[in-house]
Amino acid sequence: MKNLDSVFAAYLIGWGIFFVFSLSVARRAAGLKEELGRLKERLQDSARQGK
Amino acid sequence: MAKTGVYTFLVCVLMGVTAYASFYIAPTESTMGLVQRIFYLHAPSGMVSLMAFMISCIGSVAYILTRKPKWDWLAVSSAEVGVAFCTVVLLTGPIWAHPAWGVWWAWDARLTSTLVLWLLYVAFLILRTMIDDADRRALVSAFFGVFTFLDVPLVYGSIWWWRTQHPQPVVFTSAGLDPTMRKVFYLSWLSLTCLMALLIRQRYELESSREELRTLEQELEAT
Repeated sequence: MKNLDSVFAAYLIGWGIFFVFSLSVARRAAGLKEELGRLKERLQDSARQGK
Repeated sequence: MAKTGVYTFLVCVLMGVTAYASFYIAPTESTMGLVQRIFYLHAPSGMVSLMAFMISCIGSVAYILTRKPKWDWLAVSSAEVGVAFCTVVLLTGPIWAHPAWGVWWAWDARLTSTLVLWLLYVAFLILRTMIDDADRRALVSAFFGVFTFLDVPLVYGSIWWWRTQHPQPVVFTSAGLDPTMRKVFYLSWLSLTCLMALLIRQRYELESSREELRTLEQELEAT
């Protein structure tokens, strides 16, 4: 079982990077979705006030 | 949304099967031993990163020709995913090299050109944050993206053109790679390619939402 720690480290780092990247994209998307929802509400409010 | 969920699930299953095959089905290499199993993550990640950079270059060229924002979104999405895969290559390589070569890093043609490639695409991503105007940002980064891609053939061909410490190719050659090892390698390449497609799609949708946000902000300013 020589170098098992190297194999373990390589796979942990590799999958960790994929996971963190995917998480970062998901978090950015969630933030944008929230902001989009707020803006849509504001647009609807201003449209109602315009009427 | 449900489609994306199913696709994500399938990619996760494929990654799991690949991990099992890499650890339990592929035979242990006689000279290097256990550490050779890093090959099933390192080499396909390298190939997938080059594929992502190629997609990014196609997006850049298409943007220069058509000026349609969707091509710019594809270029930046693929570049970012390519950088993630290239980071995996640059980190897993030294972890393999230390037990195999006795050093973490060697400044040979393959390793150096890969590091330069990573730096160029990081510069590409930083450059985009420095330009506020969307059209100008897209055009400048498209030209920079095409220039950056010039390093990709250099990375790919470096092990044929120069004498390097990096191992010679064993996959697309007649070199004696064990048939089971070859199958596991192809499985790993397939699963990482599917992961790349999933990540590019997620990242592309992010750019699309940003555009929607910009449009809404303009509408709100106009009212």
